[in-house]
Amino acid sequence: MNKRLADAALNAAKSAGASYADVRIGRYLNQSVFTREKQVQNIANGESLGAGVRVLANGTWGFAATNQLNEQGLAKAAQLAVQIAKANSKVQKEPVKLAPQKGFGEVSWKTPIQQNAFEVPVAQKVELLLAANAKALDNGANFVNSALFQVNEQKYFATTDGSYINQDVHRIWPTFSVTAVDRASGKFKTREALSAPMGLGYEYMVPKAQDKIAGPADTGLIGYKNSYDILEDAALAAKQAKGKLTATSVTPGKYDLVLDPNHLGLTIHESVGHPLELDRVLGYEANYAGTSFATLDWRKQGKPYGSKLVNIVADKLQPGSLGAVGYDDEGVKTKEWDLIKDGKLVDYQKIRDQAHIVGQNESDGCCYADSWDSVQFQRMPNVSLRPGAQKLSVDDMVKNVDKGIYIAGRGSYSIDQQRYNFQFGGTVFYAIEKGKITGQIEDVAYQANTLEFWNSCAAICDQSDYRLFGSFFDGKGQPSQVSAVSHGSATTRFNGVNVINTARKV
Amino acid sequence: MPILSKDDAQAILKKVMSFTKADECEANLNGRTSGNVRYARNTVTTAGAADNVSLVVQCWFGRRSGVATCNQFDEETLRRCVQRAEEIARLAPEDPDYMPRLSPQQYLAANSFAQSTAGITPDFRAQAAGDSIALCEARKLTAAGYLEDGASFAAIRNSKGLEAYQQFTNVDFSVTVRTPDGLGSGYAVADFTDAAKFDAKALTKVAADKASASVSAKAIEPGKYTVILEPAALVSDEGLINRLVYAFDAREADEGRSFLSKKGGGTRKGEKLFDSRVSISVDPTNPLAPSGVFDNEGLPVKKLPIIEKGVVKNLYYSRFWAEKNKVAPTGFTGNFVMEGGTASTADLIKSTQKGILVTRLWYIRDVDPQTLLVTGLTRDGTFYIEKGKIKHPIKNMRFNESPVIMLNNIEAVGRAQRLGGNLVPPLKIRDFTFTSLSDAV
Repeated sequence: MNKRLADAALNAAKSAGASYADVRIGRYLNQSVFTREKQVQNIANGESLGAGVRVLANGTWGFAATNQLNEQGLAKAAQLAVQIAKANSKVQKEPVKLAPQKGFGEVSWKTPIQQNAFEVPVAQKVELLLAANAKALDNGANFVNSALFQVNEQKYFATTDGSYINQDVHRIWPTFSVTAVDRASGKFKTREALSAPMGLGYEYMVPKAQDKIAGPADTGLIGYKNSYDILEDAALAAKQAKGKLTATSVTPGKYDLVLDPNHLGLTIHESVGHPLELDRVLGYEANYAGTSFATLDWRKQGKPYGSKLVNIVADKLQPGSLGAVGYDDEGVKTKEWDLIKDGKLVDYQKIRDQAHIVGQNESDGCCYADSWDSVQFQRMPNVSLRPGAQKLSVDDMVKNVDKGIYIAGRGSYSIDQQRYNFQFGGTVFYAIEKGKITGQIEDVAYQANTLEFWNSCAAICDQSDYRLFGSFFDGKGQPSQVSAVSHGSATTRFNGVNVINTARKV
Repeated sequence: MPILSKDDAQAILKKVMSFTKADECEANLNGRTSGNVRYARNTVTTAGAADNVSLVVQCWFGRRSGVATCNQFDEETLRRCVQRAEEIARLAPEDPDYMPRLSPQQYLAANSFAQSTAGITPDFRAQAAGDSIALCEARKLTAAGYLEDGASFAAIRNSKGLEAYQQFTNVDFSVTVRTPDGLGSGYAVADFTDAAKFDAKALTKVAADKASASVSAKAIEPGKYTVILEPAALVSDEGLINRLVYAFDAREADEGRSFLSKKGGGTRKGEKLFDSRVSISVDPTNPLAPSGVFDNEGLPVKKLPIIEKGVVKNLYYSRFWAEKNKVAPTGFTGNFVMEGGTASTADLIKSTQKGILVTRLWYIRDVDPQTLLVTGLTRDGTFYIEKGKIKHPIKNMRFNESPVIMLNNIEAVGRAQRLGGNLVPPLKIRDFTFTSLSDAV
């Protein structure tokens, strides 16, 4: 059925004058459950079905999408895509040049999940979220919102190169936000969940001892690998949210930062993942997401991106990661490659129509579209910091810090459009004095320059502390599209970073 | 197919109502046909068109409810969609915030659809991109831009016989022009209901002029400065005024977790929290910025002042929270109108001894919801003003500022302009807080 529809689109595109065409027939399922305190707010099931046809005609891209899933509907979309390509070819300067890609014939790939979240009864999910809320309320929270997001992309992709690729991709994200209020002073504080969105099934919701990693002594924090204990984290979150109400407000100045992987992931995402997207580097995103300081000329100068400890790798393969697929959305088999080696920038992230610009002849396989009705383009693969080669635990790292701050979780984050200047917060902060955690602090944000920050990287914990952080709704492109991406790291120390105090009065 | 007439849309929705065995049912049908062209490096990059209609069905058994969606409208799919919503509803726990469906309502009329926009072709878009690129090439500049247009409809029906229908059109254009050495950058953005008002060349010229003028920017010391914030520095998806307007939820304020929460309990409604020149309303039938006249439940959206002469006038009440507090619920669909004066941006510059002109603020994120403190950066055209004239371009800077503090430090209010479907004037603000320099251009 899908092959017949795909061929109708490819044939119509060729007859209308396309030199290349691909078609993506997608069934996109999502389910989300939202609760607050003792009640369910919303349970929503989404299903969207349709097809997008992308063509090259007169050396110019064209794209059209339709929810009319029959041969006639797809042929019509293909013809409209060619019409758009031809209209735009009048203002096209350089014809699009695609890196060669052999056809794979009929192949398939599936996220290696143990339990399909869509087959778990909704009542079971509601029960778990409400139990987590109860843990938070029992431990002193005034409010708690929790949610569970699940996504299943069923994609059938075919090209005039001779590929017919069937993929079944799964993702899951449990999360919550716990709020503590002090009515008398009018103060309120929140602590976010320390879960990560993952490319896993419902097995992520079933906690396993081997997936838990203890955080620094005296914080009670637990890091989670391939399964998450939402009850345990909700109870701790309530205690920490209350702790935030009375925590000391940070004194601004230079601190050594010890960053948990569930926090550092977003810093990697913003200050390494985005600047090394080749479309940004070349100016294709200049009108929206921005460009990059890490231009081809900058790379030639050979200046260090980070200290010698910094090794950053891109991949679309890591099991359990959000980026893992068998083939990308233009039919390229996925792989792993180095971006930064021993502190030096060695490569970018690129797709078929960009490889020739950097003198390469293959795509990295990181092309993605978030729906059948959006056009595929270069998206960030998983971008991860390799753990340290020497044995090093978090407690041993903290022991060596004289004046520092330990930061866990996701908070406020902002960075400029060329990725030089950033300001990041977290969800929970602890002061480190003379090698010891001394208590929670508040109103912390660090402001740094990307290169100074990565060059101040002083120590990285070993493989045993390595975990994935994830971004479920990363935005880019016009019209804006979301994508989900993971970032792995172990706890890492950065020396002498500028910390500001964010408290104000209104 | 995507733009269904009122009758065709209601025919599908009536069918949905006939399939359900639930106590109550509500269905939303939304359709959109849209096209876009994207260009960068003075050449077109991607372009596309998409058609879609999607249905959201919500069913209730007593206080239990479930939602399902689909985008195919054969009888089998519609029945399956209703069934899934019913299944979820049966399994769902009782909702303490339950409210019964609304009975039929009266709606205002908004001029939110223009035939000129609905008729845009791929050639029209290619021409606009071509004009924008040609202007930049002639001046040895590099353009990156995006044009999107669409026609859409929203229809609702519920089991109490409420029905609502509205059509919309939109044209959204933005362009960033850069100098070939990467040392200058300028931006322009505009949106329209009626495509006849759109002029790609005029907007590109604004961005090109700013790009050329912003080369060789000088660094100044971060600190507190008088700023003139142009509309694109105030309004965007993540804008300062957008954030303020979205923070007026009554329930959060009552619960003690909003900047509008009162110390010791209650809300700050009625308090003067802003300069007297600040007045902001929700106003769906404003002729310059029309928007939706009903919300997702079919509740009418009418003109609602939220800030009047600096005083917190109204907060948003959901139907549940309104009933609990014995007040009228407020529909809210998203547009807002901030009152302006008569001065142009040029007039605001003329009256400034020392200050900074900000074209655009970017990557704005919450830092502290307690005070609405946000951070972000200037971008695409930041200039130093001295003695009523633009003196020289300056390097971009990061700011940490709260719109609540900012709207107490008003020096002057300019003429309101449409942006993002809203109306907002350029503002002159004193003591705006910049905290660090950025090398980004």
